[in-house]
Amino acid sequence: MTDLTLGSNILTVDDGAPALKVRGYWATVAHRLRYDYVTLFFALVIVLIVLAAICAPLLAPFDPLKTSMVYRLKPIGFRNFLLGTDELGRDMLSRLIYGGRMSLLMGLVPVVTATVLGGMLGVIAGFLGGRVNMLIMRTVDIFYAFPSVLLAVAISGTMGGGMANGLIALTLVFIPPLCRVAETATTQVRNLDFVEAARASGAPTASIVLHHVLGNVLAPVFIYASSLISVAILLAAGLSFLGLGVEPPTPDWGLMLSTLRQAIYVQPYVCALPGLAIFITSLSFNLVSDGLRQAMDVRI
Amino acid sequence: MWAYTARRILYAVPIAIGVTVICFGLVYLAPGDPVSMLLPPDASQADIEFLKKLYGFDQPIPVQYFKWLMRAASGDLGTSLQTSRPVLAEVSRALSNTVIISLGAVMLAFSLAFVLGTTAAYYVGRPIDRIVTGISVVGVSVPNYWLGIVLIIVFSVELGVLPATGMGSNGSDDFTLASWSQVKYAILPTITLSMVPLGIIMRSTRAAVAEVLAHDFVQTLRAKGLSELAVLRHAVRNALPQILAVMGLQFGYLVGGSILIETIFTWPGTGFLLSKAILTRDIPVLQGAILILALCFVATNLVVDLLQTAVDPRIKRA
Amino acid sequence: MDSPPRPKLDAVPPGDPRDRGGKIQPMLIVNGLRKHFPIRGGLLNRKIGSVRAVDDVSFVVLKGETLGIVGESGCGKSTLARLLMHLIPRDAGELIFDGDGVGEQRGISLRELRRNMQMVFQDSYSSLNPRLPVEDSIAYGPKVHGKSRKEAKEIARDLLTKVGLRPELFGSRYPHELSGGQKQRVNVARALALSPRMLILDEAVSALDKSIEAQVLNLLRHLKRHFNLTYVFISHDLNVVQYISDRVLVMYLGQVVEIGPVAEIYERAKHPYTRALLASRLSMDPDERIDDPPLTGDPPNPINPPSGCRFRTRCPFAEDVCAAKTPLLGEWVERTTHLAACHMEDARSGHSRAVRASAPGARTHMVAAE
Repeated sequence: MTDLTLGSNILTVDDGAPALKVRGYWATVAHRLRYDYVTLFFALVIVLIVLAAICAPLLAPFDPLKTSMVYRLKPIGFRNFLLGTDELGRDMLSRLIYGGRMSLLMGLVPVVTATVLGGMLGVIAGFLGGRVNMLIMRTVDIFYAFPSVLLAVAISGTMGGGMANGLIALTLVFIPPLCRVAETATTQVRNLDFVEAARASGAPTASIVLHHVLGNVLAPVFIYASSLISVAILLAAGLSFLGLGVEPPTPDWGLMLSTLRQAIYVQPYVCALPGLAIFITSLSFNLVSDGLRQAMDVRI
Repeated sequence: MWAYTARRILYAVPIAIGVTVICFGLVYLAPGDPVSMLLPPDASQADIEFLKKLYGFDQPIPVQYFKWLMRAASGDLGTSLQTSRPVLAEVSRALSNTVIISLGAVMLAFSLAFVLGTTAAYYVGRPIDRIVTGISVVGVSVPNYWLGIVLIIVFSVELGVLPATGMGSNGSDDFTLASWSQVKYAILPTITLSMVPLGIIMRSTRAAVAEVLAHDFVQTLRAKGLSELAVLRHAVRNALPQILAVMGLQFGYLVGGSILIETIFTWPGTGFLLSKAILTRDIPVLQGAILILALCFVATNLVVDLLQTAVDPRIKRA
Repeated sequence: MDSPPRPKLDAVPPGDPRDRGGKIQPMLIVNGLRKHFPIRGGLLNRKIGSVRAVDDVSFVVLKGETLGIVGESGCGKSTLARLLMHLIPRDAGELIFDGDGVGEQRGISLRELRRNMQMVFQDSYSSLNPRLPVEDSIAYGPKVHGKSRKEAKEIARDLLTKVGLRPELFGSRYPHELSGGQKQRVNVARALALSPRMLILDEAVSALDKSIEAQVLNLLRHLKRHFNLTYVFISHDLNVVQYISDRVLVMYLGQVVEIGPVAEIYERAKHPYTRALLASRLSMDPDERIDDPPLTGDPPNPINPPSGCRFRTRCPFAEDVCAAKTPLLGEWVERTTHLAACHMEDARSGHSRAVRASAPGARTHMVAAE
């Protein structure tokens, strides 16, 4: 190849400005987040909750399973029981800290699993199109015909309850929406010019999906999945509340709410505590996922 | 337009069939086989065989499905194992109770959410907007079963003005909205149920109205000298189809997903029926209730879809 | 500073190892190309018609030339581009690249074709992957064809220089950090990354401001010279096509209506549609005003095109024979052949204004009937 002679009528495009430090995509996201105080604060809350759950044995003042007939339903601040005791005399604070483990587990595991499974299904459906797409999406539509609470209760209810069944039920509930989001994103990306250009350069399908499609699909899927976490936590606790999730005596916020319900006339504030924990956790995940969504919007 | 309507209805049919398949298949998710649930554990093999034949469990599954489907289509959903009453009657009576609080909840949510959401959209970015957005996030994040308990604590335990549970001394057969002595039982469940729809409808309203307000034609209206109130009216009218669609969907969700609230307040709706059926493993009721609720949801979606297309011809999904 | 002397323009350098057919063999022969898109509707989404996007199109692209393809929106140019690139499957017709059929047993494979023929897309927001730095977008093609990451990056940087962008400054930028003209240069670089012999440019400059457009057009001309390329340049802008093309092909409603050398087309157009198009161009000279639009009405529906000649519904010279028989383009012979698919050019068509067999060529002026 001979050297291109750049004549005067071709401009060597030069900004004139000194070479500015080009920030990558993730760096831009991080930069935007740095000034979003609300998101940062609630992200900190999440970190604290997760840490508390992990370090439960170190933090909890009492054994969460140790019952006591004498100290049943004591109010907040009674002697050493910082948050009171439940109907079997167990320390509320310890049970709340340990309960975080269960609630986080039942919230995060189904969403992660559903993202992987549903996302894969959606990308396949979106990329292949045609009959495969119709088959997959129509099946997903059928599951969509059930309200999520109903579906979760139906599946775990008929399977007999218990934690494992609860996890399975929740995963099945979240696969359809994630599949749909992935399919919509993939279908949109598939028709864009740069994907056609990649096809025009003779790349095999797997390479195109990996290098061009996936990168642009992951963001919307990830954002949607993060917004589902708060729903998952609520739903999981709801299942436990109905007796379909975690089994006693394992501490779990939803289960605690249910067993304490009978005692609201005796110690109303203690009975409301597990629900407060669910609320704060769910709220934090919601706000953080909202903040992430705004920060990750590439167009701006 | 009618071709679209027909096509949309036609499209709902395979979905409904799929729903029936799932409902039918749910029974087989249960541990153990269906017959053993009907009999005491020490039943003899002969009894089991006899019952199997009686209920048709010895036949291949697709055949069982069809038979079940045919019976369901004619209104026979079996009889409750607990009360021995026909399932359809139980479920439909419970359904009417659920509809009472669901409808109330959605209307309450809508009226509040509509006003607040529109205000927030009009004053985008200002403090009122942030407050309203905050409320909607809270509404979506709050576990409504917990809220129910909190409300009970506040209004029944502490203040003692509203009853905590049940549907009133007259029972569900004779419920009217006319007398306070009966309506007061419905108040707390309705308020609790309305929390999540409040958050969602408020968010949708804000988004829809804000989007319309950003359109160019709004500037044209202002340039023509229209008062702000009139401009807002026009904008809201454009956003209304979307908002109403969300409202309809939320209603469908509440009817199908009211189990938690009804359990707390022991409100004898379909949700409560479901939770009782789960506890007592009353499979016919479980199956029948899920089937009816899911089909109601499909029907609600269909109606919302068609209404939306009728009002806003731009929206036409394949 | 002395600039080194420019290399001389040479159509085919002696000994291009990839040249199989020789100087005379056209780079691309298109024969009877057809593509119809089905339309579904009705209750069961059955096929109720088809959009006849490209209908029986035949032409030839000679080595080293720039063939301009003009037409209005909906004439099928973009579909044609994608058919040539094998991005969408064709319904009928053959495509012969440098004497070899594509995908046939004795021809070249699709993968090999990709190394020979590439496409430059219109600068839309989606012409480059927003998640990749531009040098990665350019390097993707070579990587797919076996080059190592380092080699591919070298190729990318080299090309960035050749299209006039400094790799240190622009290589690691993202598409949304570039202007339209810069993005288009990247698009050209990406197309050149596989060292193709032919480029299809689909509305490559249509989205750019005029001054940038001029820069990019000049860049394209230089690149063509020094990489020894053949261009197919598709555009709706008549002036741009005139500037850059050697021969021009005019499309209307999925068919070729005229083809010929650029000077011939622009000064002595034969087809009424071409003439009307050329007459519609606005001039900078205020004395040359157009009072009556040369072309009225909307182009008819490509789903149900008029019988016979598709232009007859807007043609001032339309007669009965135009509805009865479809005019043929004629036999293309060599570079300077100028053909028009019009009954007035065919002595045996029966059209009242048909050119006589003995007459040397078309009339110089066609006066519109009252």
